[in-house]
Amino acid sequence: MIRTFLYETGRYLLFLRQVFRKPERWRLSLRQFITEAEKLVINSIPLIALISVFIGAVLVIQTANNMTSPFLPKMYIGYMARESLILEFCSTMVCLILAGKIGSNISSELGTMRITEQIDAMEMMGINSAGFLVMPKILATSILNPLLTLMSFIMGLLGGYLIIAMTGMIKISDYLTGLQFAFNGYYITYSLVKTAVFSFIISSVSAFYGYYAKGGSLGVGRSSTQAIVVSSALILIFNLILTRIML
Amino acid sequence: MITVRNLSKSFDGIPAVKDISVKYLPGQCSLVIGASGSGKTVLLKSTVGLLDPDDGEILFGDTVFNTLDQKEKKKIRRRMGMLFQGSALFDFATALENVMFPLDFFSDMSRKEKLERAAFCLRRVGLENVDGKYPSELSGGMQKRVGIARAIALNPDYLFCDEPNSGLDPQTSVMIDRLIHEITREYNITTVINTHDMNSVMEIGDKVIFIHKGEKYWEGSRDSIMTSQCRELDEFIFASRMARELKLRYGNGNPTAD
Repeated sequence: MIRTFLYETGRYLLFLRQVFRKPERWRLSLRQFITEAEKLVINSIPLIALISVFIGAVLVIQTANNMTSPFLPKMYIGYMARESLILEFCSTMVCLILAGKIGSNISSELGTMRITEQIDAMEMMGINSAGFLVMPKILATSILNPLLTLMSFIMGLLGGYLIIAMTGMIKISDYLTGLQFAFNGYYITYSLVKTAVFSFIISSVSAFYGYYAKGGSLGVGRSSTQAIVVSSALILIFNLILTRIML
Repeated sequence: MITVRNLSKSFDGIPAVKDISVKYLPGQCSLVIGASGSGKTVLLKSTVGLLDPDDGEILFGDTVFNTLDQKEKKKIRRRMGMLFQGSALFDFATALENVMFPLDFFSDMSRKEKLERAAFCLRRVGLENVDGKYPSELSGGMQKRVGIARAIALNPDYLFCDEPNSGLDPQTSVMIDRLIHEITREYNITTVINTHDMNSVMEIGDKVIFIHKGEKYWEGSRDSIMTSQCRELDEFIFASRMARELKLRYGNGNPTAD
């Protein structure tokens, strides 16, 4: 098992070296970057927005239910929703969701290209297929997914606001005061760094499994599953490491 | 000219290709024939560098290809075109974009010139009004033709075709065979074709190489194939009743397969 782990790690690192070789044509890589940004990031906006609004609302309801003491100011509901969203939900949870969505997309796309010899066709032409296909995916997600985190944060807070406005469980002014209370801007940086790292993990690990898929359509399915499982596990491990380092 | 010398390749200790030597000449269609699993594709992929041979040499002209570093290999690969068994067209690109793909990477043409060249290649393979169509919208024969157009876009010196007419009806197969043959003659390309279609052999096989269980058993012209004394080749060719009857009628030798 240790041998397999070391073998796979070594292969992954060699794969990354191939991915980050100088592109044959920068212009084509830039075009590919824009395509991937649209496919992997922009197309994820509706899903992340929807989930964030509902989670924000649920967080507010749960926090309000647990704060029954009359000695605790109601503004803490807004404060705790904000902290939960920015510290954990908008980075870690959103990236776990993205591991499923874009991770399977990347690994199945590359896996299909592998088994239908499209990757071989590129190699035959003398093109660095890993660089052309994978680098734009990694860069697009690592650079642009942090913006999804920011959007998720705003949508989560909006979800909390809407549920309060609809139910009247606390005063809106208390919620808004809580959102501004003891705000630490560093937490935003922490959250964005985590998202960038997690996005790198999702896209590179999924691409790795897809790129080396074998065994027909079953192999593509297997590589997709492995990509999601391994990237989710790595996200949790790196979440702990980054939290220990940054907080 | 391509020279393969004593090429061997095995997977997990099981030999797929054993000590094969062969020469492919320019302006000729060299057909590598053999049953499924005989090692044709391994020989082809080793020749073009998609697989690293365990032993032996592959020469493109006077250059030993298989020992070159990646950068040098890429330079030679730009002089190759390849038609894959399943066409291997890029799903994300239209027919025109597929043909333009190698031009985008390796030519200094303007966009207008690239469009003209891609359109010319598509017309050359007999395709019109498919420029904006994606591979999934094309028939198998059309996909093969787009594959050929992509393979010749950069005016290659070498053309490799892996089972170019697998899955095609007889008429389309003949059309694809003739197209490859015409292109080979027209541009003096060294063309290597893997096939197990005997019709292709008789149609365009300037030179025929028979592979059996990873070894070269026979080499010669299509005219001499009928009179070969190779038992394994006979068994392969005359596996079908029609071929056996043809041999009885026109051949000099005796069919060995029942």
